[in-house]
Amino acid sequence: MAGPMVTMKSVAFRRERESTWAELEAIIEFADSKGLRSLGADALARLPHLYRATLSSLSVARSISLDRALVDYLESLVGRAYFVVYGTRQHVRKQLAEFFMWKLPSTIRAAKWHILVSVVISVAGAIAAYSLTKGDMDYYYSFVGDMAQGRTPASTTTELREGLYHSEGVNSMLATFAADLFSHNARIGILAFALGFVAGLPTLLLLFYNGLVLGGFVALYTSRGLGVDIWGWLLPHGVTELTAVILCGAAGLMLAHGLVFAGSRPRLDSLRERGRPASVIVIGAVLMLFVAGLIEGIFRQTVTDLTVRFCVAGATAAFWIYYFGFVGRARDRQLAGVGDA
Amino acid sequence: MAKPAKFSPMAPASRIAERDALAREIITPEGVPITFVLAGAGDRAAAFLLDMLFQVLALMAVGLALGLAGAGNELLKPIVTIFAFLVVNFYFAFFEIRWQGQTPAKKRLGIRVIDARGGQLETTAVLARNLVRELEVWTPLRFLILNRMLWPGAPGWALLLAGAWTFVFLFMPLFNKDKLRVGDLVGGTRVVVQPKTVLVPDLVSQAAVSMQMKAQAAPSYTFSDAQLAIYGIYELQVLEGVLRQDPTSLGYFDAIATVCDKIRVKIDYKGRIDDTARFLKDFYVALRAHLEQKMLFGQRKEDKYSKK
Repeated sequence: MAGPMVTMKSVAFRRERESTWAELEAIIEFADSKGLRSLGADALARLPHLYRATLSSLSVARSISLDRALVDYLESLVGRAYFVVYGTRQHVRKQLAEFFMWKLPSTIRAAKWHILVSVVISVAGAIAAYSLTKGDMDYYYSFVGDMAQGRTPASTTTELREGLYHSEGVNSMLATFAADLFSHNARIGILAFALGFVAGLPTLLLLFYNGLVLGGFVALYTSRGLGVDIWGWLLPHGVTELTAVILCGAAGLMLAHGLVFAGSRPRLDSLRERGRPASVIVIGAVLMLFVAGLIEGIFRQTVTDLTVRFCVAGATAAFWIYYFGFVGRARDRQLAGVGDA
Repeated sequence: MAKPAKFSPMAPASRIAERDALAREIITPEGVPITFVLAGAGDRAAAFLLDMLFQVLALMAVGLALGLAGAGNELLKPIVTIFAFLVVNFYFAFFEIRWQGQTPAKKRLGIRVIDARGGQLETTAVLARNLVRELEVWTPLRFLILNRMLWPGAPGWALLLAGAWTFVFLFMPLFNKDKLRVGDLVGGTRVVVQPKTVLVPDLVSQAAVSMQMKAQAAPSYTFSDAQLAIYGIYELQVLEGVLRQDPTSLGYFDAIATVCDKIRVKIDYKGRIDDTARFLKDFYVALRAHLEQKMLFGQRKEDKYSKK
């Protein structure tokens, strides 16, 4: 009886392949404890080969071996190797370059309809608040609240004007102010995105509310003949900040779109396919809010010349239009061409 | 797949069933299905709390450094503000991108994030799954701390209702069979147990070695084709489980004796059995050889109820 059992195919198979598995296991062990980048060039070159060989061992083992321990071992070894082979890649510089030179602007271009809805809701809020507040200044308190000290209908025109042109020398307090503005705005932006998971209604409300505050604010200053001045005060950072808020809202709407209108595809697939690009947009928006925080916290507090303020506003607008409108278009076309072929 | 083990009361059937309930198959880009076991809610909660602890420690360390550098140093304040923002919002994403789906706490607990479909874990997937933490974690927490301020004079029931609503997302992993967090839905990811790899010796080669050593001492047990045709793969692997138990463990000999008795009756074995463990090993080897042989010809006999 000793003959057939020793020559069992599954036993011979294991004897033949065992060294390959051991080699792969050693490399994986090393990569897991010391990090992928500390693997030598030799091991790195062997890894894909060993992974595929072990993967094929698993397939063979499943069809010829009834040794459960062996199949389990191969399965977990392949699982661990899979993490190393298909984990996130980390050529940081290359990834960053790709993100800024193609992925971000391209994703934003692809989200144009969500952005449009986001803009329409915000503008609707702004117009509603503007016209209501213009008719009856008491609305200001409902839209903006009385938190903005010294900038309410109770303030005199002189006080309001002073608020717009109040200048401080460059000091370190400004940097703190800028950092606070940034982290506060960025948190709200991320929340606007995350609320997309609740079918997007809170996101729409947040956008509308943001529009209301803006509209009420502008209405107050315009009624005192400070219409041009308020825009000069708002726009240098506002171009960047409002765009970022609208982008975060659009990202939230994308999420809601994936969740609610899945179409013919499984809802989870649809959610995932919208959620991933939406996160790209949010990261872009957070970076924009950082820039906006710097402009608002430092530039606006130190530069009071109206012409300079409008020039900066115009320059930022031109930059974002160019960046989102044109950067990475060549790669878009290339990919579209590949898709057609 | 999980059937009640009729073979032996000692078979780890409940453990297998539990494992199967959490096992998920993904297809690698090479087209081979591999099975991962989803991380349990307890492990994930523990990893989350531990990661939060690390974040708090990092923030405290920076705060302490700030204090030592002198509170008058105004330049440090904005740096700390930004650092705190980055830690709170990007701690998870940073590590999961750099460490292939693991954070410091996930590494300690042996769990990790993978792509639900089996592809490469994309950076955008990691970002998406972590950005929604704002909704899952921070909104409920902020609500818990600030609810009186956000809505002064609210009746207790309203606060309770609103609180419950915000916490629905935090506890979502407990309410679906895949243990998915909102972030896993949005990013298309799963959190699985990092498999442990232990290659134990093949019972067949073990039996062969011991047989050569004790060739004269103990006669091996032999079985007829009819006797081997009774059981199937399921029973074979339950038997493997019994034989792989630690011989020093409590109840090992009882289990061996019980199983041996059952098999002897079932296959109607007429000979004397002096060494029960040896009998089972021989039966395992013979049965495996028999079943594998049949499998090579395309006949898989799944269990004793299969006709083939």
